[in-house]
Amino acid sequence: MTLYQRDRTWHPPALAPDYKTSVARSPRQAMLSLDATASELSGPRFGHGDIAPGENDLITNYAQGGDPVGERIIVHGRVLDENRRPVPHTLVEIWQANAGGRYRHKKDQYLAAIDPNFGGCGRTLTDENGAYAFRTIKPGAYPWRNWVNNWRPAHIHVSVFGHSFGQRLITQMYFEGDPLIAHCPIVKSIPDPRAIEALIAPLDLNEAKPLDCLAYRFDIVLRGRRSTFFENRPEGN
Amino acid sequence: MDYLKETPSQTAGPYVHIGLAPAAAGFDIYEHELGFDPVPEGVPGERITVTGRVIDGMGAPVKDVLIEVWQADASGRYADSPEDFRGWFRVVPDFETGVFTLNTIRPGAHGRHAPHLSLWLVARGINVGLQTRMYFPDADNAADPVLNLIEQPHRRESLIATGESGAYNFDIHLQGEKETVFLDV
Ligand SMILES: [Fe+2]
Repeated sequence: MTLYQRDRTWHPPALAPDYKTSVARSPRQAMLSLDATASELSGPRFGHGDIAPGENDLITNYAQGGDPVGERIIVHGRVLDENRRPVPHTLVEIWQANAGGRYRHKKDQYLAAIDPNFGGCGRTLTDENGAYAFRTIKPGAYPWRNWVNNWRPAHIHVSVFGHSFGQRLITQMYFEGDPLIAHCPIVKSIPDPRAIEALIAPLDLNEAKPLDCLAYRFDIVLRGRRSTFFENRPEGN
Repeated sequence: MDYLKETPSQTAGPYVHIGLAPAAAGFDIYEHELGFDPVPEGVPGERITVTGRVIDGMGAPVKDVLIEVWQADASGRYADSPEDFRGWFRVVPDFETGVFTLNTIRPGAHGRHAPHLSLWLVARGINVGLQTRMYFPDADNAADPVLNLIEQPHRRESLIATGESGAYNFDIHLQGEKETVFLDV
């Protein structure tokens, strides 16, 4: 068994000159391509002993006696692989700015206020069907130093493991209808508009909670596994 | 064909620590932060320390990088249950100097693969997490199939740490003459 090769034309290239930080941080030599070995087919396992209940609720997981300011939302979806198989019991971690676009990070100096009731991170394990859900507030757009007037569209950073270290993925989820998506150099580091579309979570009114919370749906796809029907090489390569 | 496409990657950005290492970001939110536990006492194997820096194309240390480490145990076996030595760590460098330190055990060889740590790097400016490996200078690496796939012998050196007796140094170069070999695996 091994992993499907990663379609490098679907992902952003390492060097995306309009995202300036990538210029000095992008490798210039060709990568070494090889089939996944035991090191990439295996991967860390997490269980319910690793996380505490409620860590997927960003409205309450850092609250200091009040609610965070902002639009209350549920973000939910499934983790699948390229073969449409659900990925159960895998760790999903998210982080985001608050409703004003400010991160709780000692390096973030943006003038929007810190929200005393909002931490900005959460984590959960997918269930046996690969489903996950977070409750949070909708993050605000924020300015960043790239060109003189660049703004990030509202986004949630998402980290997923899968069952193999070679499936490890970090991405960003955007929100349907955000006009800043079309202007963002980080979004546009992705060459194929269909790939960008895959990062834009549609409003999911059916899962919205009346008088309480809107909902957005974000499905995540990890690399699939190839069965090796005719194996020539010895085990352990 | 009824395949799905993998979700495209996006940079982890400068605030990756909020999500994956909140204590490093400056706040305390989880009862148990993942990836920072020391190796438990009873776990067999030689204790080792790896220090290093990730260096960008201008020669500057990448101070906001986050590295994940995945490794076999001392017998060369990868964990497949939560009771095992997990073999997975998160490493965050000192924000002022960019120097990181990893305390772990020396992994065993796995089949023909020489002992190695698998590393995955994410940071602002890195659009897709970078995979690489660290091999040991005091191990027999001659038959390792990954090192032997590297066409230019001098580039193999980029995957081999320096040091000895359990104290190693491993710098990762994103660009330049000493660019590290990254794996598309
Ligand atoms: Fe962000």
